[in-house]
Amino acid sequence: MNQWKNFTKGFIKENPIFVLVLGMCPTLGVTSSAMNGLGMGLATTFVLVMANIVISMVKSFIPEKVRIPSFIVIIAAFVTVVQLMMQAYVPALYKSLGLFIPLIVVNCIVLGRAEAFASKNRVLSSAIDGLSIGLGFSFALVLLGGIREILGSGKIFDIALYSENYVSLIFVLAPGAFIVLGYLIAFINQIRKS
Amino acid sequence: MAQRESTFLNMVITLLVITLIAGGTLGYVYTLTEAPIAAAKEKAQKEAIKTVLPEFDKLSAPFKVLAEKGGDSLDFFVAYKNNELVGTAIKTYTKKGFGGLVTIMTGIDKEGNFYGYQVLEHAETPGLGSKMATWFKSTDKPKQSIIGKNPKTTKFEVTKDGGDIDAITASTISSRAFLDAIVRAYNTYEKNLESNSGNKK
Repeated sequence: MNQWKNFTKGFIKENPIFVLVLGMCPTLGVTSSAMNGLGMGLATTFVLVMANIVISMVKSFIPEKVRIPSFIVIIAAFVTVVQLMMQAYVPALYKSLGLFIPLIVVNCIVLGRAEAFASKNRVLSSAIDGLSIGLGFSFALVLLGGIREILGSGKIFDIALYSENYVSLIFVLAPGAFIVLGYLIAFINQIRKS
Repeated sequence: MAQRESTFLNMVITLLVITLIAGGTLGYVYTLTEAPIAAAKEKAQKEAIKTVLPEFDKLSAPFKVLAEKGGDSLDFFVAYKNNELVGTAIKTYTKKGFGGLVTIMTGIDKEGNFYGYQVLEHAETPGLGSKMATWFKSTDKPKQSIIGKNPKTTKFEVTKDGGDIDAITASTISSRAFLDAIVRAYNTYEKNLESNSGNKK
């Protein structure tokens, strides 16, 4: 497979959020600000790449019937590593992402890529696939978080853009996540069609 | 290499090996990060204490005082400057938040007034209840701030309930919870003072 194509597919063509529509729980949950989206996206990218590499390496040793539990254990191990590292070295980010870090384990994107790609492809392709999907996920989260932050708290990456008196709070709350996501998906679909 | 067959033995061995390796790795990472995590937590706590008290150069070891009501105990940190008491930092909590538990570091100066506070953990609604982090320090409205006041002279309840503190706009529940935590800290502080009145006053 063409590795460049493999790398670029995650951004628009197979974007995990806008096209595959996977992993909606963290997507809607953490994107109240662009920074949260970025942190969550990068943490997931790390887990995706590492899990994809390891799974594609050990795929032939794993009997078919126990592959799902094996994949989950591998993914969970990497998630816990990320969680401990974050807690130790970026406590502020850990505080704002909190509960959503352990939830990367059950993010369907990670298991989805392991099952659909890493268990059938070689190590290099799998690593690039993880990177592509992970960065596509981060891109989508930052976009979503950025729009919600601008509309909902008048800031972007914590830099104030306009007075807080004119913000519409709904965009920081859960309904705003659905509204923005809906428009973004419609927009991306329009781009893909043309 | 061909896929290994799904015989019982193969499956057991595979899962065993994978979980063993995963467990070993996690154990190793845990020992690596244990010290930095503890240090980060302690630093965060120290920073919080610094923002809620007047300048100090010595901090007592934390001690626990049973909360006046609610059952759990609160952490007390007594701060001194040149061996003179400047205030007490109290880590207090409430379970009445809109999102459950809220923990707050509060500082009471030697006159018995609130000197500052910092919200440590909360799960309040972003943009509404989460404003408690700054709301009760702000002086935009005359009855908004709790700084320099104490529950003896000011009624620490939201104005809606007949108190003297303005609630956060559209977040009365979070505001009540905040004041609940603050009053708990104050009452516990008072009780502790009474029981130690011999050596502290």
